[in-house]
Amino acid sequence: MIPFRALALVCCLIAGLAPAARAQSPDSPIQQLLQEHRAVILKSSRTSIGPAIDALATSGLPEARAVLNQWQDKNLWVRKSDGLFVFGQKADGGLGLVDITTGERFAVEDPKTLDQLKPNSGIRGLIGAALVQFQLTDPDPRKRAEGLRAIERRPKDSHLEALRKSIPSETDPGLLARKERLERLLTIQYGAPADRVAAIESFRGSLSVDVRAALNPLLATRVVLAEDAPANANVARPVVPGSPELSRDQAFDLLAEARGLARPPDAAARKEAMIAHIDNGAVGGVPVAALDTDAARDRAYTALAEAGLVPAWSPADTIDTALDGAEFLALYREPDPAVTAAAEETLKSIETKLALNQGLDLTLDALSLASIYFLAAIGLAITFGVMGVINMAHGEFIMMGAYTGYVVQQVIPDYTLSLIVALPLAFCVTAAAGIAMERLVIRHLYHRPLETLLATFGISIALQQLAKTIFGTQARPLTSPGWLDGAFTLNDVVSISYIRIAIFVLALLFLALFLFIMKKTRLGLEVRAVTQNPRMAASMGINPGRINMLTFALGSGIAGIAGVAIGLYAKVTSEMGADYIVQSFMTVVVGGVGNIWGTLIGATGIGFLQKGIEFLNPSNTLAAQTYMIVFIIIFIQFRPRGIIALRGRAAGD
Amino acid sequence: MTQLLEVSGVSVSFDGFKAINNLSFSIGPAELRAIIGPNGAGKTTFMDIVTGKTRPDEGSVLWGEEHVSLLGLSENRIAQAGVGRKFQRPTVFEDQSVFDNLMMALKKPRGPLATLLFRPSEADVARVGELAREIGLADALTRKSGELSHGQKQWLEIGMLLAQEPRLLLVDEPAAGMTLAEREHTTDILVEAAKTRAVVVVEHDMEFVRRLNCKVTVLHEGSVLAEGSLDHVTANKDVIDVYLGRG
Amino acid sequence: MTKSFLARNPSVLAFLLCLALFTLGVTVLSEGLGLNLVSTSFVKTLGKTLCLCLAAIAMDLVWGYCGILSLGHFAFFGLGGYAIGMWLMYERTRLIVVDSLANAPLPPTEQEIADAIGTQIFGVVGSAEFPPVWAFAHSLPLQLVMVVLVPGVLALVFGWLAFRSRVTGVYLSILTQAMTLALSLYLFQNDSGLRGNNGLSGLQNLPGLADTPQSLVSLWFFWASALALALGYLLAAWVVSGKLGSVIRGIRDDEARVRFLGYPVETFKLFVFTLTAIIAAIAGALYYPQAGIINPAEIAPIASIYLAVWVAIGGRGRLYGAVIGAAFVSLLSTFFTGGQAPDLNLGVYTVKWVDWWLVLLGLSFVLVTLFAPKGIGGLFDLAAGIRSPNRRGADLGPDQGSFREKEAET
Repeated sequence: MIPFRALALVCCLIAGLAPAARAQSPDSPIQQLLQEHRAVILKSSRTSIGPAIDALATSGLPEARAVLNQWQDKNLWVRKSDGLFVFGQKADGGLGLVDITTGERFAVEDPKTLDQLKPNSGIRGLIGAALVQFQLTDPDPRKRAEGLRAIERRPKDSHLEALRKSIPSETDPGLLARKERLERLLTIQYGAPADRVAAIESFRGSLSVDVRAALNPLLATRVVLAEDAPANANVARPVVPGSPELSRDQAFDLLAEARGLARPPDAAARKEAMIAHIDNGAVGGVPVAALDTDAARDRAYTALAEAGLVPAWSPADTIDTALDGAEFLALYREPDPAVTAAAEETLKSIETKLALNQGLDLTLDALSLASIYFLAAIGLAITFGVMGVINMAHGEFIMMGAYTGYVVQQVIPDYTLSLIVALPLAFCVTAAAGIAMERLVIRHLYHRPLETLLATFGISIALQQLAKTIFGTQARPLTSPGWLDGAFTLNDVVSISYIRIAIFVLALLFLALFLFIMKKTRLGLEVRAVTQNPRMAASMGINPGRINMLTFALGSGIAGIAGVAIGLYAKVTSEMGADYIVQSFMTVVVGGVGNIWGTLIGATGIGFLQKGIEFLNPSNTLAAQTYMIVFIIIFIQFRPRGIIALRGRAAGD
Repeated sequence: MTQLLEVSGVSVSFDGFKAINNLSFSIGPAELRAIIGPNGAGKTTFMDIVTGKTRPDEGSVLWGEEHVSLLGLSENRIAQAGVGRKFQRPTVFEDQSVFDNLMMALKKPRGPLATLLFRPSEADVARVGELAREIGLADALTRKSGELSHGQKQWLEIGMLLAQEPRLLLVDEPAAGMTLAEREHTTDILVEAAKTRAVVVVEHDMEFVRRLNCKVTVLHEGSVLAEGSLDHVTANKDVIDVYLGRG
Repeated sequence: MTKSFLARNPSVLAFLLCLALFTLGVTVLSEGLGLNLVSTSFVKTLGKTLCLCLAAIAMDLVWGYCGILSLGHFAFFGLGGYAIGMWLMYERTRLIVVDSLANAPLPPTEQEIADAIGTQIFGVVGSAEFPPVWAFAHSLPLQLVMVVLVPGVLALVFGWLAFRSRVTGVYLSILTQAMTLALSLYLFQNDSGLRGNNGLSGLQNLPGLADTPQSLVSLWFFWASALALALGYLLAAWVVSGKLGSVIRGIRDDEARVRFLGYPVETFKLFVFTLTAIIAAIAGALYYPQAGIINPAEIAPIASIYLAVWVAIGGRGRLYGAVIGAAFVSLLSTFFTGGQAPDLNLGVYTVKWVDWWLVLLGLSFVLVTLFAPKGIGGLFDLAAGIRSPNRRGADLGPDQGSFREKEAET
């Protein structure tokens, strides 16, 4: 070959000097192969092209890949004069002709003297599939990975051999693992029986979706009448008519086909028949007016049947009687029982592990929901727990925080920067609103909790309507920065989006902040003093009015930050606060008033409960919320003061 | 003579603090008793236990001739059984007239339906008038009780207690905030009441207790420190220590 | 002290007189029977307002008198509406179905009629089966019993659970709100059996009275509402005038004290809670045939809070206050949100009342709570020259008790 090539090279050099040279290699194996399939290649039809591509792909010729590539790229031409296949290349003064064997340009000719092969997209796809096996051995690892992905997307039995061949020469350990895995997956479908079982069993406990996708088709079944089943059939299980696998109608159809039965006319058909045979105001001797009961209709129809006007039928003649005694079997489409048994076994082990991992995923979901509830409730817990003030406008403070984030994003287009600005700004805005509300309204209503509730509700509807008037009723986007997009994925089952992790971290941060303020700062000391005995605190030089104001500002400010966080993962609307207010109250009440740990436990409990109920009844989140609230109402029966309750005289009334 | 109320071995603690510690106490059917003790001695908690507001951790509270345990009963059942209680601060229904207050307290069936259909008879009205005279509020029957003075409210509350016709009266600091004349009147009412029923008076004021002229129980740190006549207990060394030594 | 009930409560007589005059006036001016000065739709609005007033009386009884700030009474109102709506919808659909099947070649069987009704009613939620809750929908008397029974039993069970565990004050309010939320969320589901968020519709058409003009039907309902309001007012006034009134007001002011008087406070609360739930349900059963449609959004927690707002603005603790508040605020709301109010041009900005009415209502509610806790009803006291002593909240402890309050203040 090498001398030949050298010769060709020399030829080409000469050819370069002398146009229209014949310095090609018309006898090279690849050219011969193409000539062999010339007819189908020129016909260029997706249905008939297969053998040609296969022949090229399996020829083992080193040039085959280049030919396929160029063909796919519409660069393969046929010279009209001698019918040789050449690669076309853009060149001055016409089309540069390149030898398909040597890759050398040997001539420039007028394109009109050649025919271009224009494979359609279907053919290009076939060529691409054939090319995959070349990619698997490509020196460039990226190309090899691309080839693997192509096989994963559209596996064919021909790939298995190519894949196996490429494994020994694979140098990249990551790719090697992927190749071996893919080889086993392909073996499940296309391998020899013994290999298949081994391959199936090698996937025990695997969580990947593609494994289940490969195993499930093996267990596909069809239902047949037991007596019709072939002797060597791979029986999955007996089937009872009326089960989801086989409705009674389907069962009857099977039976009818096997035994040549006719379907008894159903009520609608009988009615049609009777209408068709109304004769002089009566059907089969029964007056039409009397046909308003099933019994009368049956009588009329039977009379018609006896007269031979309609197909015979008797009330006892139903699908049920026909089905009586008939037995049905579900048969695996896969004939080899060893394979189906192994697949059953492996799927079972996968399902066990799947359940465990789904549990883990559910736990993560619940934790993230809990942190949202915690964020929403913590401000409320401060104002309700420390000051005994019910703030019905708390939800609207959350909404204000979210809208602050939205407005900041309109001004600062960089999402990361705007988030950094929005968080403290939301705190300031809502804290200011909180201070205003405390000074103007709540201060005058201390010790009148029900009236505080109502007054703050008045503020709540005013704020909600105000937001609706300013921002409109449609949801506003609060876009998270790019680095918060995507999800942390443990495996195909367990994953959690970064934004939820961020909210979780934020919740922990606020817990720490709250604990720090309450336990380590002067403010916290004074707040605790005022909570326990305002008069005593006042007489010791603490200004309860100021403390209450600061407490309220803190609680409201945290609501604002919670609003930004919630807005990032949910929508920003004027009603978003109302969506969270009842849950927030529940969190505080269930946890126990006046204790941040209670709020934490309450939020966790409610988060887990809601996710748990949703898991048991996944189709219906509304029902989940309903049951959760009912559960909480019952819970309050047993712990009216919450999980962590103050006891004794300190609790008061 | 059998006892009307027998409290024995009762303990209760709030968050680790023992408010009542192995307390035993008993009182007869027609007896006046004063309970004294420093702040935090457990006087109010003791009343809470007897009236069912607080459940003790251990011990028993037995009531009447049949020795019924009061521990399982709700507050209203205990009140219906015949225990009446007057709080430290006067708690009358300020939005309602003196007449309505007394009529509400009058011993009658307490169920909602009976209450809904209740219409005062001549005798009931007469009884209310009589009670009002007893507590010195005969002229104020139609006034809102919120308009009364502090002392009048205290009397009204005592009057409501009497209207309940309880067999045991628990009175928490009845003389607090009263003028001298009012105190004397209060003493008279209590002494008079104790002729037909048991009356327990919790009081700080030694002068008031002396005027009641009855047996005294001294509570300290949740248990009984001494019992006897006022002269007897004031001579007790422990009592002197508690009141003077550390008080 | 033993005068007759009406003599002791002159306001009842005045109220009944006003109501009678009002009813007469509307009838005379109405489109259906009178001078055609009041449109049918406005007669309906007035009839609905009377029902809301009845619900407000229930709210006043439970909150103003008994001190239970229930944020769930509109749920009972809605349940009453659902109960009567089920019969109205079933019966009307049945008549339509029978009518349409009358021309069929074969007369329909019972089963065919039932199936057709089911398809008609539940087609919107992708079902044709009758859920079990519709078991009595075919019978007006049974469904009328349901109007009272369903909300009554719900209130009884919920109240028993809540009061038994001594949940009071704001806790109780939040719990009632949670109950309302749970109920509305439940009804929002398509498989709740009550047509999900579509609710029940076409309730304004009385079955079998297709030929009677709405102008007349609206008057009938107006009269029924007025009668119900009168009876409800009388009942409420009778309940609160006697010793039970004393006791429940006592519970409102000092629950523990009432307990030590020997009254079973929980039972009283339960009684009032259930009674008012039933009154609210009856009001709802009269309201929704006039509104024509009921859906779960009507039961949302916010509706119950509005009920509290009306009572607070009207003046709680007095029955006519509740009626005035409900009538005043709900009519004003209809006026402003209905787009009838002219825009207010401030030069720089034009105030559209549709957008700003709720803001105004919210703020004025805050102001009422702050500065006029007696609400509109307080004006009557001013007119009558009654000024109650401002004793509550004044701290006259043992140290100052011997002073009269006047002395203490100086």
